[in-house]
Amino acid sequence: MQSHKKRSPSDIDQSLTDKNSAGLSKLNILRLFQNSESFRELGLLIFIVILSGIFQLRNPSFLSLANIKDLLANTAILSILSVGMMMVILTRGIDLSIGSTMALSGMVTALTVSANPQISPLLSLIEGMAIGLAAGLVIGVLIAHFNILPIIATLGLMNILRGMTYLVSKGKWVSAYQMSTGFKNLSTGTTLGINNLIIFAVLIYILYSYFINQTKTGRYIYAVGSSPETAELIGIKRKRIILLVYSLMGLLAGLAGVLWVSKFASAQGDTAVGYEMNVIAATVLGGVSVSGGRGRVTGIILGSVLFGILANALPLINISPFWQQFIQGIVILAAIISNVLLQRRNEKAALRKRAI
Amino acid sequence: MEKPGFEIERPRAFQRYQWEIFLFVLFMAVNVVNSFLSPYYLSIDTFLSTPMNFLDKAFLVLPMTMVIILGNIDVSVGSIVALSSVLMAVSYNGGVSMPLAMVLALLVSTTCGFINGFLQIKFRELSATIITLSTMTVYRGIAYVILEDRSAGRFPSWFSFLAWGYIGKVPFIFIVFIIAAIIFSIILHKTRFGRTVYAVGNNRTASEYSGIRTDRVILGVSTLAGLMAGFTSLFLTSRMGSTRPNVALNYELDAIAMTVLGGISTSGGKGRIGGPLIAIFLIGFLNYGLGLRNVSAQVILIILGILLILSVLVQNFTNRTSQSPRKSATPAHRIDVGDGSDIHKNSAQGG
Repeated sequence: MQSHKKRSPSDIDQSLTDKNSAGLSKLNILRLFQNSESFRELGLLIFIVILSGIFQLRNPSFLSLANIKDLLANTAILSILSVGMMMVILTRGIDLSIGSTMALSGMVTALTVSANPQISPLLSLIEGMAIGLAAGLVIGVLIAHFNILPIIATLGLMNILRGMTYLVSKGKWVSAYQMSTGFKNLSTGTTLGINNLIIFAVLIYILYSYFINQTKTGRYIYAVGSSPETAELIGIKRKRIILLVYSLMGLLAGLAGVLWVSKFASAQGDTAVGYEMNVIAATVLGGVSVSGGRGRVTGIILGSVLFGILANALPLINISPFWQQFIQGIVILAAIISNVLLQRRNEKAALRKRAI
Repeated sequence: MEKPGFEIERPRAFQRYQWEIFLFVLFMAVNVVNSFLSPYYLSIDTFLSTPMNFLDKAFLVLPMTMVIILGNIDVSVGSIVALSSVLMAVSYNGGVSMPLAMVLALLVSTTCGFINGFLQIKFRELSATIITLSTMTVYRGIAYVILEDRSAGRFPSWFSFLAWGYIGKVPFIFIVFIIAAIIFSIILHKTRFGRTVYAVGNNRTASEYSGIRTDRVILGVSTLAGLMAGFTSLFLTSRMGSTRPNVALNYELDAIAMTVLGGISTSGGKGRIGGPLIAIFLIGFLNYGLGLRNVSAQVILIILGILLILSVLVQNFTNRTSQSPRKSATPAHRIDVGDGSDIHKNSAQGG
């Protein structure tokens, strides 16, 4: 349970000793990656390439530029949310409420836009983020200050927020004709030929990778997840970090809710029902360990892309959409189990090294 | 609730059953309010027949009590209900006789529960939460693969007896539930197995060192949860007359809410089954009363969420004095550091 920064040197050591003891073999390159997170990311990458190859063979339009753009745009919201979920899972938590947060923020902003069409899209974004932030703050306070298990608190909030969505909309939908063009352009418009959604996602990833890797607070998140006790002993304010993590998750969910509603040009009571599972799946697939303290930005990018391919490309190769949930579940299960197996192997390797 | 140095003997009955008494008073209050809402409310018949609307869910609460006492959470039970219900309907429509289809449903659900438990003991690093979250998706996914967006049904007419039939004046489901509740109370409070559930929930490492086969306990409880989900699927399908892959959505939430409201601490090792039993009826009659007032399902959703969080809040406050000073956020973590630091946790509870 160390942060990955600390792991790297020992990993290199390990791979070097391995090389010396085993001599030259074909698997040298694999050995180099054996004990690091790069190994599993390489695996993910290879898997993505193979999967794309198969899809390309079955449907030649899969790797066309238009489809790749579509794919990325469809993955953008998922990948934005994985950022928040990664932080939550890093602290050993989980957030099941984000689907409902998205629905609420999307619904409220859509209602605002339909009432005042002249409102600036930027203001809509801020409105959605504020709603998400408020929801996240409530969850964070419940978890950090009242010691409620994350799953219980977010399960409760999931219902409360979903119920509130129905209440504010009185069960009605907000449809495309009620939204201003500016609002719809938030997600569907392009800047310099690139879909706005992709730009949003890239911006968030740049900010986030600076935050989580370079700032003190970002590293504290890893510390709290690795060992809450130790983190507190060295003076990290654990509660504050947990509050921060859930608030940021809420903020991102609020943003994603606005983007979602703008993308599909429709706000409904059941917007994004169950979407939290997709996000958790993508995050866990990206190598973020559910026992906390482990995970990298590159991992969740790959995880989201892989998950986006699985979710969006199945219809392209004539797999019934009803298989989607099953495949998704199996993929999550495989990801968490392979995480554990990999971790066990690492620990064993570390022990063996100590024995020599 | 023992305070070191002040109370050495076991707390008196009133203190021990504080939470149950509180729930019961709440239950009576709900009934009083309901009887004001409808003049026909206050009768034995209402009391006996209203539970038909919610007792199918209640079968999930019994094993969920054990699961939470173990310090785990099982969110897959709703999906297990859906899967076994779908399989039962499909196999019946495919020519299997109805009794056999019902047995099949129970077998499937038990197997699902067993798989949950098996994964938990094979991969101890993973919390039960994340395992059941993924199997939840898998099980419901299978239900969707089998039935897509169709519904299946056309059961024989006697099948509806399960949910709608009466024996004398008492609904059949009520009788079955009472029997199940008695069996579960005995298992949890009077048998060796029940005591080990508390022990493992209190401190898994310590129980292991004292010779308890913790793996078997966890496997057993998970399998029981699967079996009871099978019963829920039988009664639910019978009540609705047909089934779809999206039945029993959020049933796990209801079950968890009732259990936690019943005073079972989510930190594990604490609580008696009486509380959840009262909570089932409390929430059931509350829903019924809200229905009388035409309160929409969405508001009920909100109320349920608030109840869930409030009950945990209240428990956390009342337990604060007896808890070790630094509690970490997740049960998985507690197992990591559970090196006896929480061995002093109140064990007078639950006898």
